[in-house]
Amino acid sequence: MTPLSHYLILSAILFSIGSAGVFMRKNLITILLSIEIMLNAVNLTFIAFGRFLGVVDGQIIVAFVMTVAAAEAAVGLAIIVALFRHRESLNPDAFTSLKW
Amino acid sequence: MDLTLVAQLIVIGFVFFMLLNSAAIMVLVERKVCAFMQQRLGPVRTGPWGAMQPMADIVKLLFKEELRPKAADRILFTLAPIISTVAAFVAFSTVPFGASTDFFGLLDEPIPLVASDVNVAILVVFAVASMGVYGIVISGWASNSKYSLLGALRSSAQMISYELAYGTALAAVIVMAGSLSIREIVDAQAGYWAGFIPRWYLIPQFFGFLIFMTAGIAETNRAPFDFPEAEQELVAGYHTEYSSTRFALFFLAEYINMVTVSAVATNLFLGGWHGPFIPEAYGWIWFLIKVALLLFVYVWIRWTLPRYRYDQLMQFGWKFLLPASVINLLATAAGVLYFNV
Amino acid sequence: MSDQVLFYAFGAFAVLTSALVIGQSNPMYSVLLLVASFGAISGLYVQLDAPFMAVIQIIVYAGAIMVLFLYVVMLLNAPQEDASEWDRAHPLRRPGAARVGAVLALLLVLQLGWALSRTLDARDTVGAQADAETVSSVRTIGRVMFTDYVFAFEATSILILVAMVGAILLARRETDR
Repeated sequence: MTPLSHYLILSAILFSIGSAGVFMRKNLITILLSIEIMLNAVNLTFIAFGRFLGVVDGQIIVAFVMTVAAAEAAVGLAIIVALFRHRESLNPDAFTSLKW
Repeated sequence: MDLTLVAQLIVIGFVFFMLLNSAAIMVLVERKVCAFMQQRLGPVRTGPWGAMQPMADIVKLLFKEELRPKAADRILFTLAPIISTVAAFVAFSTVPFGASTDFFGLLDEPIPLVASDVNVAILVVFAVASMGVYGIVISGWASNSKYSLLGALRSSAQMISYELAYGTALAAVIVMAGSLSIREIVDAQAGYWAGFIPRWYLIPQFFGFLIFMTAGIAETNRAPFDFPEAEQELVAGYHTEYSSTRFALFFLAEYINMVTVSAVATNLFLGGWHGPFIPEAYGWIWFLIKVALLLFVYVWIRWTLPRYRYDQLMQFGWKFLLPASVINLLATAAGVLYFNV
Repeated sequence: MSDQVLFYAFGAFAVLTSALVIGQSNPMYSVLLLVASFGAISGLYVQLDAPFMAVIQIIVYAGAIMVLFLYVVMLLNAPQEDASEWDRAHPLRRPGAARVGAVLALLLVLQLGWALSRTLDARDTVGAQADAETVSSVRTIGRVMFTDYVFAFEATSILILVAMVGAILLARRETDR
């Protein structure tokens, strides 16, 4: 039996890897992938706590998180496709024309 | 060493071995059946009745030159057939093929005849079928050739479209049986109505069965849904650039997927290993007979029906099969609720 | 004992593949490595007595969302990042936002680790609580979802519809009609 804190620390590590990806990478698709890593880390926390408390709510919330993540990934990728058509680039620095 | 553990390992090895054999037998069956349907004899020179034909095919494939296009992505080109094959084998791992047995008293307690007994078995089959899409998409991308890419995109789009109807037809059976474990679904089909009509889900779920088989044929990229592999249009689709062992792996994956779809359909709709005149312990004989029947239907359909055009294929999947399967699910749920089954 | 070994194996694999995801320059490899990471997390869910969620993770995340990512990467022929910007130097030495990002991520993991290991008694193990079978059966999930969470369920279904319409509309090529 592994202690709950092990699961939570693993989730923290995954979350920070995801956030590091969002900060450091200059490719829109990789940024979206890092966001998916963060969502997965959160899912892991929910299920670990659900098991710890002996309730099923953790799994239900994870179901909703997965659904929302799917919707967000779909819309995000559609936006990326639309952006790519304009600038032929996936670098977020190519879309800075509104920056002052 | 624990005898139960040894028995389970033997069952796993047996399943693996039989899947490989089934692919080899299907090679021969396909060619003989198609030959007889076309009023010719098929393979007759390789052994009696052409029985050594699969052996000859395998030897030929393994001795061919192992090519790889220069611009192909080195890792992904080799990884794609591996993913396809692994997904095909894993999909069959949760499908039971016989009643729980204790091997005529050798074991203390009966073990189920399945490589891996989980209580969400039917979903595992579905999940791993979704993973099979990766093998195709990656092979098309990694080959760096336009025929491969087009074939892979079409093939995978077809597979994910028909997965919806496949899953919804599954869901209707799950609603009727009240369990996700394939063993319990089969056991819910034991027994007879009025003494001689078996309680198979084929009868209340007839349309579900048709939808499932149609979606299954589309999932495995077999005719009449094999446009992405059509020789006349796309050379060979996603496995254009593959030869020798890697092609053999794709070939193997396709046949094993066929066997898995037939086995799942047998368990869900045709009562699995239940049948008359044979005692329960030998139920796997009935299972084999039913799976063989469904595989014959697979081959029969391939060599009888013309091929669908790609846009007709997608229209059929989205505009007819998916609504039909959803209506089937709703009707099943309403029926179960009304009759309190 | 084997529980612990499996946890460390799956956990290490998930962390390793996730780190490789953000470290690869080829987006195709990133997507495939992320699929592997999802597989490892699915294994962790099975260890936490949530087999249904584990399979749903494979079906939804690894089998649908990642295929979508794969399509977009393939169809856009996503270019690799410029070598001058994606320098192979250590993240803490890269200029500008990358260095700040790496430092922030490191701080985040240290803070979270400290906070989480302090608030909970490390001896509270997962898997020793209530009977897993009655808690995590699909029947229970279904019953609770359709009674306590039914509003969220219906709202999510509308959300998916909106997302579907929006995605199709946004990605459509502008044709001259």
